Amino acid sequence: MTWFTIIIAGIITYFMRMTMVALVDRDLLGERVKAVLAYVPSAVFPAIIFPGIFINDYGTFIEMNDPKIFGAIVAILVGYFSRNVIATIISGLFSYWIIIFLL
Amino acid sequence: MLSKKQIFSKGILAVAPHMFSVIPFGIVCGAIGIELGFSPILVYAMSIIIFGGASQIVFLQLLSGGASALIAVTSVGVINSRHLLYGAVLSEYLEKLSFIKKLLISYLVVDQGFAESNKFFQKNRNETHLHYHLLGSGGTLWVCWQISTLAGIILGSFVPEELGLKFAVPLTFIAIVVQDIKKLDHVIVMITCGLSSLLFFDAPFKSYIIISPIIALFVAALVLRLKK
Repeated sequence: MTWFTIIIAGIITYFMRMTMVALVDRDLLGERVKAVLAYVPSAVFPAIIFPGIFINDYGTFIEMNDPKIFGAIVAILVGYFSRNVIATIISGLFSYWIIIFLL
Repeated sequence: MLSKKQIFSKGILAVAPHMFSVIPFGIVCGAIGIELGFSPILVYAMSIIIFGGASQIVFLQLLSGGASALIAVTSVGVINSRHLLYGAVLSEYLEKLSFIKKLLISYLVVDQGFAESNKFFQKNRNETHLHYHLLGSGGTLWVCWQISTLAGIILGSFVPEELGLKFAVPLTFIAIVVQDIKKLDHVIVMITCGLSSLLFFDAPFKSYIIISPIIALFVAALVLRLKK
């Protein structure tokens, strides 16, 4: 039963990936829609970033002094100035670890 | 004009740095599946059949928590519905591919690959073999996802929970959007999305993950209108 459920979930996920690429004719989208689509990364990724920082594993808001907030600020600063993905991830993780393990 | 091989390599290199987040997260995903009491084969098969990070964890957590199969499947569908947006963006660059190639390449589209390949596409519109970038980025992410979830399944409880490795996920996406904080219109869209995601976090089926982008895109449309 679980296997069947996984396969259905996989098929649905695949359709989400495939529909707009293979089934929908791009000419159906108007110029305005195309212009708005340029904002997709900025409109989608914060929905992964914000809860990943501000909401804990139990689905409740973190305290304002949570080490994740500090880690995220460090990552934003390092990322902005270094333009380097590895530096962004590592600086964020390390500053988070420094607070939870050393302080 | 770049060769297929050159574009493919650029795709690999573009997502390679994200492995610092994808691999830890994959390990955590595999480990959680085992911890929740599912069989190793089943946990691993999800990485091939669903191939979608967070949705795999949510799926197993729901089932182990006693939720019905319908709820688990719906949640996976809602979480992964953001791929409709990625597809709409990418379709412009994949238009010329044959139907079969479109069907095949779609399987490889995931968040980081979409983000990095889209950046490349915007700057290199006139290249002929653009889709090789997506093959490189998506293929790399696929291989690493398989290896890391498998590692998590084997290592299981050896992965210390205190490390908070899941925190690598928001960090990898910060790296993707951080250069856009220079642009006021993008900042408005990002903050709208971020605040909406917190506001709607408790909405059923994890639907905050698609509700907040939709709200943010409406705001983007307003911003575009004001800019004119």
